[in-house]
Amino acid sequence: MTWSDMSPLLWEATGQTAQMVAWATLFTVLFGLPLGVALVGTDRSGLFPAPFARRILGLVVNIGRSLPFIVLMIAVIPVTRLITGTTIGTGAAAVPLTIGAVPFFARLVETALREVGRDVVQAAQAMGASRARIVARVLLPEALPGLIAALTVTIVTLISYSAMAGVIGGGGLGDLAVRYGYQRFETLLMIVTVVVLVVLVQAVQSLGDAVARRLTRR
Amino acid sequence: MIEVSGLRKVYGSVVALDGVDLHVRQGEIFGVLGRSGAGKSTLLRCVNLLERPSGGSVVVGGRDLTALGERELRRARQGIGMIHQHFALLSSRTVAGNVAFPLEIMGMPRDRRAARVEELLELVGLAGKAGAYPAQLSGGQKQRVGIARALAGSPSVLLSDEATSALDPGTTQSILALLKRLNREFGLTILLITHEMDVIKAVCDSAAIMSDGRIEEAGPIPELLATPGSRLTEELFPLAPPEPGSVTITFTGAYSGRADEPVVSQVVRKFDVDVNILGGALEEVAGVSAGRLRVRLTGGESEAALGYLRDRGLLVEVAPR
Ligand SMILES: Nc1ncnc2c1ncn2[C@@H]1O[C@H](COP(=O)(O)OP(=O)(O)OP(=O)(O)O)[C@@H](O)[C@H]1O
Ligand SMILES: [Mg+2]
Repeated sequence: MTWSDMSPLLWEATGQTAQMVAWATLFTVLFGLPLGVALVGTDRSGLFPAPFARRILGLVVNIGRSLPFIVLMIAVIPVTRLITGTTIGTGAAAVPLTIGAVPFFARLVETALREVGRDVVQAAQAMGASRARIVARVLLPEALPGLIAALTVTIVTLISYSAMAGVIGGGGLGDLAVRYGYQRFETLLMIVTVVVLVVLVQAVQSLGDAVARRLTRR
Repeated sequence: MIEVSGLRKVYGSVVALDGVDLHVRQGEIFGVLGRSGAGKSTLLRCVNLLERPSGGSVVVGGRDLTALGERELRRARQGIGMIHQHFALLSSRTVAGNVAFPLEIMGMPRDRRAARVEELLELVGLAGKAGAYPAQLSGGQKQRVGIARALAGSPSVLLSDEATSALDPGTTQSILALLKRLNREFGLTILLITHEMDVIKAVCDSAAIMSDGRIEEAGPIPELLATPGSRLTEELFPLAPPEPGSVTITFTGAYSGRADEPVVSQVVRKFDVDVNILGGALEEVAGVSAGRLRVRLTGGESEAALGYLRDRGLLVEVAPR
């Protein structure tokens, strides 16, 4: 196999991976961020204490996190069909990716938000700030560097999860490596694919680190 | 201005406040002293209802806060400033951004906020620091930001929980001077908590001593000084336990002269007694010269000498032989 044979394959696979990860990231933030806020807020000493809801949320998140992604991907097929109307392809793969990453991201968000000092939150309460304002104007901005770091780790994890999307026809770099490298003994293609994955992960991590560093005012 | 009565706060089996009554008059600086765990912070946090009391009432500026709904309480809090031991500034915002935060909460339009922020920073002596982040400031500067932020809503009451405890002595004095100035210029009522006697001496008009969730004694400082056996006097001017027969003279607000008046040498001359000074301290407290002197009187007309001192408005206690 020559470079000119590999090049289109690599481009297509990279595009699929990017597409899966991008959609999954978007929805992971959309659902995971509020979930993370809820995990912190429903604490007994939190902004909107609800110990029972806290326990349920914690349980759901833990179940989500303990399922191996490959199992989860198969298990949520009915949900995928409900949402995307199909169970195969890049779009369909974004559904299990999101479901797999939300609990993971939510826990990281929880950790980042807990880094915000209690006294800062109380100072805002003493000024007469509403709870919604405290979340939007105190917790999230103060935790922003931590949230960016959480997002970075989540995207890297999504890239690695997406390698398994080949199982449900999502395509992508992982799928390429398995199909050509493992099944057709195209070792060179496999190595190049791995290199592309490494570069991709490295780029995401470096970018995330740089942004987080820029936002840190401590 | 602040009227606390029968205040109780219970955490599980811990009784943090056990029936506290506190009366802070308009325009005074009121200091609360007490050992660690006495319930001082809990008391302060009950005054703006950061902590909901288990019982009793909290009236600030004529309004019973415990009776307010959440929305009204938030509005009432905007009129009560608070400063914190560790400053509690938003690290992601500049100095100006921090001071603007309470103005945003009050719903002040953006164009008026900038002018108000500038005015407040000017007031606390930080005019040049508007664009700095808290991490770039010294402790004293951070507390000035905290004070500017607390004053944003032109509050009538300022609450301070150990606001100078994280600062060095020099910086502490400058922050206290600022608080005193705000008190004198704007009639700001200040309720502060401290474990530093120097804070009480430097700025307070009244004081309370707490222990185990109760107020042991409270009132204007000159009155407390004039009360025999006062714990405040003991804390402000500590002396060793009295030797038998020794005399403890307390200079209080009731004393007609000044503490540096040669009352002791007058006694020596008038009553032909020998005065042996065993210990003591004299300072300016709450605008009066106050302090304690431990002496031993021998020879001459000792009894008459003691009577003379009492007549001058001094508190004279003789340890039994
Ligand atoms: N949120 C809480 N939960 C349980 N117990 C608490 C809580 N807050 C305070 N307490 C308890 O209430 C008592 C009074 O605490 P508080 O913080 O008011 O003391 P303090 O006088 O401010 O002490 P310090 O000088 O150390 O700040 C202590 O026994 C403390 O353990
Ligand atoms: Mg305290």
